[in-house]
Amino acid sequence: MGNQLVMYEEELQQINHICDVLHRDANAKAVLVIDKNGQAIAQAGEVEQLDVTSLSSLTAGNVAATGGIAQLLAEKEFAGQFHEGEKTNVHISIVGQRLILLVLFDERSSLGLVRLRVRKASNELVHVIEQLVKKSESASQPSVFAEITDADIDNLFND
Amino acid sequence: MSFINYSSREINCKIVYYGPGLCGKTTNLQYIYNKTNPEAKGKMISLATETERTLFFDFLPLSLGEIRGFRTRFHLYTVPGQVFYDASRKLILKGVDGVVFVGDSQMERMEANIESLDNLRTNLGEQGYDLDKLPYVVQYNKRDLPNASPMTELEEALNPTKVPQFEAVATKGVGVFDTLKAVAKLVLTELRRGS
Repeated sequence: MGNQLVMYEEELQQINHICDVLHRDANAKAVLVIDKNGQAIAQAGEVEQLDVTSLSSLTAGNVAATGGIAQLLAEKEFAGQFHEGEKTNVHISIVGQRLILLVLFDERSSLGLVRLRVRKASNELVHVIEQLVKKSESASQPSVFAEITDADIDNLFND
Repeated sequence: MSFINYSSREINCKIVYYGPGLCGKTTNLQYIYNKTNPEAKGKMISLATETERTLFFDFLPLSLGEIRGFRTRFHLYTVPGQVFYDASRKLILKGVDGVVFVGDSQMERMEANIESLDNLRTNLGEQGYDLDKLPYVVQYNKRDLPNASPMTELEEALNPTKVPQFEAVATKGVGVFDTLKAVAKLVLTELRRGS
């Protein structure tokens, strides 16, 4: 499990801030940051009506499938996707090979504006990811899991 | 790849149900979904064909409760079992934390079981995983059918490394939660070891 992703308070705040700014500057309905394996990490905007967990898993599946197509076509990856709906459009991009940035927008915005703002936000997110990876590797924080006992694990299943 | 969020105090893990076509992977998830409290589960998603064969994956998010103040959430996935969906199966194995191999006990499916298990090893290997080092359990499904192979034969063919194994009748729920609990425990134990 060397590839484990660990998120800390400080970096999550930075990611949340990037999402908020992107949501505002792109006139978007909602912004989601998702781990490539389908875990939701951060969100901004009108997310109350969204099933964020399902949306994250399906988006990651979509990105993985598109990545598979890219490989078959000897492309490194397709960095972005755009789905046009009647009311809601979806812009999906890969950030730092590790995260997915999902932007939902409607007629209040445009694909051009979203693309422009996404580029800026992506650059900022890449910095945060690099910081996060360094921090995880140095593992300066004591892990809570070292203290987990068999009894703790058994207690989860006592129903 | 588990995802540990110190900020929201959550542990997220991914468990994949693997096995040959029609062995009952989706049925396992459906049973878990039907028997779990609404507050502990999210929506179950099935990307299936019109004839209800899994096309890409099934997905079920489950919340198991707290451990040392961290909410533990498991994302359960199934792969499409049919041989020609191999590209999709590889994608779903990415970032896996634990594997359940669902074998079909019927005698005539023995070859399909062995082929699927070989395929699991190969596909994990391509992603840089070794099945023998992953949290892994085996379930023998459809034990109630008259043409079920004896357990000794199944064990010999499908569980040479003697990982935890369970007899199941997924349509009735027999063995379904035992299997899930066993793999979830192994995943959490592995998390502790890795820390």
